[in-house]
Amino acid sequence: MIRALHRWPGLLALALVTILGLSGAALSVFPAAERLSAPQSEAGLTVATLAERILVAYPGVEQIRRSPSGRITAYWFDQGTPGAAVIDPATGEGVASADPNQTLRWLTNLHRSLFLGDGGRIAMAAGALAMLVLSLSGAALVARRTGGWRHWFAPLRGPLAGRLHVEIARVAVIGLVLSSTTALWMTASTFDLLPDGGAAPAFPTEVSGETGFALDQMAILRQTPVAELRELSFPYPGDATDVFALKTDRGTGYIDQGSGALLAWGDLTGWERVSETIYMLHTGQGAATLGLVLGLMALGVPAMGATGVLVWLAGRRRRPRIRGNQPAGRAETILLVGSEGGSTWGFAATLHAALSQAGQSVHVGPMSGFAPDRYTRAERIILLTATYGDGAAPASAKGFLDRLNASEHAPDIPLAVLGFGDRSFPAYCAFAKAVAATAQAKGWPELLPLDTINRQSPQDFARWGRALGEALGIPLELSHQPVLPKTKTLTLVSRRDYGAEVQAPTAILRFALPQVSLWQRLTGSGFARFTAGDLIGILPEGSAVSRLYSLASARRDGFIEIVVKKHPGGLASSQLTALEPGQTVTAFLRRNPGFHPGRGRAPLILIGAGTGIGPLAGFVRGNARGRAIHLFFGMRHPDSDFFYNEEITAWQEEGRLTGLVTAVSRGARPRYVQDALRGEATQVADLIRNGARVMVCGGRDMAAGVTDALAEILAPAGLTPAVLKTEGRYVEDVY
Amino acid sequence: MKSLLATLALTTALTVPGIAMARPVTLTTTLNAYGGDGAYLAFYVTDASDAYVGSLWMAGGKSKYYKHLGDWSRATGGDTAQVNGITGASVGAGRTLEITLELADALFDAGYTLHVDAAVEDMRDSPNEVAVPLTTDGAGTPVRGRRYIASFAYDM
Repeated sequence: MIRALHRWPGLLALALVTILGLSGAALSVFPAAERLSAPQSEAGLTVATLAERILVAYPGVEQIRRSPSGRITAYWFDQGTPGAAVIDPATGEGVASADPNQTLRWLTNLHRSLFLGDGGRIAMAAGALAMLVLSLSGAALVARRTGGWRHWFAPLRGPLAGRLHVEIARVAVIGLVLSSTTALWMTASTFDLLPDGGAAPAFPTEVSGETGFALDQMAILRQTPVAELRELSFPYPGDATDVFALKTDRGTGYIDQGSGALLAWGDLTGWERVSETIYMLHTGQGAATLGLVLGLMALGVPAMGATGVLVWLAGRRRRPRIRGNQPAGRAETILLVGSEGGSTWGFAATLHAALSQAGQSVHVGPMSGFAPDRYTRAERIILLTATYGDGAAPASAKGFLDRLNASEHAPDIPLAVLGFGDRSFPAYCAFAKAVAATAQAKGWPELLPLDTINRQSPQDFARWGRALGEALGIPLELSHQPVLPKTKTLTLVSRRDYGAEVQAPTAILRFALPQVSLWQRLTGSGFARFTAGDLIGILPEGSAVSRLYSLASARRDGFIEIVVKKHPGGLASSQLTALEPGQTVTAFLRRNPGFHPGRGRAPLILIGAGTGIGPLAGFVRGNARGRAIHLFFGMRHPDSDFFYNEEITAWQEEGRLTGLVTAVSRGARPRYVQDALRGEATQVADLIRNGARVMVCGGRDMAAGVTDALAEILAPAGLTPAVLKTEGRYVEDVY
Repeated sequence: MKSLLATLALTTALTVPGIAMARPVTLTTTLNAYGGDGAYLAFYVTDASDAYVGSLWMAGGKSKYYKHLGDWSRATGGDTAQVNGITGASVGAGRTLEITLELADALFDAGYTLHVDAAVEDMRDSPNEVAVPLTTDGAGTPVRGRRYIASFAYDM
């Protein structure tokens, strides 16, 4: 719902808010420029003195105005010809032209009405309303994505466009809310919808009838500092019934030209004050610095428009068309999808196609459309669902749990739940788990136990498909490729072998950099830009399903390096570990921004076991600036699978690696990496308290062991791994 | 170019019950190129003692800006009822406004004065931009305004 409230106003009003943002940003410069260029008056200068000075310089003066920037303008008649100038208050002489700035006028008219009069004003007000709706719905989305308002500035993961969109938004949103609400207020004021017109005091009916009282003797003008002046209008020459009209920050009054007495005075009304404050907040006139800040924030609007469209297009592309979708009432298999960004729909489409090919009639729909009464012929219900943020329902599963909880009893149709998520997030598949738990509590019969897919892994999905096929009694091969990436052929340059003695044959494989196109170089896509911790997908011969490996090198190292352990029966690992220099593999690059060490100077605690050392070694190799890095490395036996042994010694000497602690799991006193952590508990706790970042890479069991060990180590300091994770200081790359 | 046939509101003192005692008068106002946004113009009549008699036309739709038409606003107390039904759009720089209305014969050669107040956003207000006596002889003689009006004339 919130997402729809964000998407559609965004797309519909894209052009309007872009014009508003750009013109608003340009306009924000003017008050600051005026403030800098206007000659300011000396402290304590009174209106009486100023008016006297101007009267000497321009005897025909009619009016003196002071703008919120402090600029003073005088208007006069000289032998029937009107004149005007910006005045230096020190001398009363004109120093610059008072003609309106045509660029400013053009921009103002574009900004408020598109040069289209009242119709344009209403259109631009609609644009401002769209901006307000976008700001508020966007803020709600950011809070949901980061796991609550308290985590507003939590680090982000995901594709660049989406991250940029949120990064800009969470800074700019406050300015955009302010600018759009004040804009709506000003429009309402322009169309007389607010009682902020104010009322000048009644024009005095009785005047002295005299003229010529000296300006610098008028009490009210002597009491009013120039800083409070807005306007002083002079009486018509020769009209004894006319008066001086004075406007200040406090109100409006009339002064007798023969006696200097204040004949009438009216204060500003509360509404007028509010409207003037709002005008100042919107235009920056009288608050030039705020104006510049708001203008800078407004510049975020076109950037967010562009990235927002990219996010939307990417989401659309990811959601595939489902061919031959059966109506819910006629399908044997009901396939319901809970998807936020759209990638889970891709898996559903693959499953739908495979089941349909196996002769099943299948209905695919969103989980939010859950309607068990309509599934009259269904024999099974399969839920494929992602999780949003901290365990919330993704967009297409909104209301599912409420509906299930509200129903008296669960449908009598066997259920399988498959969760999609990323193990490096604390709430991994939390929504799928919640759904499965609720279903169990309601007594919903189970077709398959809950299973999960980590990072859209095609292997996990294929494995689950085989389990489903067994349950249905049909052979089911699910070959799902989430996005078809552009592949490259990589040539092996060298290999180093380890671990044969401990029955874990492993190779560090080094490939030459492939050729990249100019376009890739410009956009930094594909192999043109990568760093340790990113992933490469290897497409083994004879399979369309790729296998991901963590990179142990960055682009500037000049090679592509991975650490591969041979799994018995593993297609990709067998082919890779059999590779000889000169031979090639097919591969593509996938960025993994969630597992980068970042640019900061905070110390790093790197924890890895086995092949998990790969990206960690890459971080150390790239640490030319001598950032403090502590490496915990678990291996089977130092003589057999101590990967990067020689380099590590050199890296320590070069200052790239601060400390190394190893744990050996075979031998007289077996120790795992989590035991090594506990052995250094004091140092680890100190480092983390002082802002260190923890990065873990390796098998699932090891990662769980490390989390437990850290929980123990951090408990005295009142910290938990979960807290570190939400702060982005504890990241995992687990397989 | 704008040509309007205005019917004066029944509340104004200038309304004439019998058509025989009135004649159509065309007010032609041409603005100079003052380089600003559209001007608000108030057309009104005062009698021989300078007392406000009634309004003829208001060019400019937003009543919140009427206070910038100083003399008109002072004379009427900013009462928008004075221009109900006789209000049009503001007039752009360099443009011409032409209004035709039925004016009572009694207004001519009897000491009445036609005034125009002008105001432009972010520029100097110009109350009493034009003040011309309503006389049969003066009809068709263009006069210059103080700031914004290049020429103003009434024709019968």
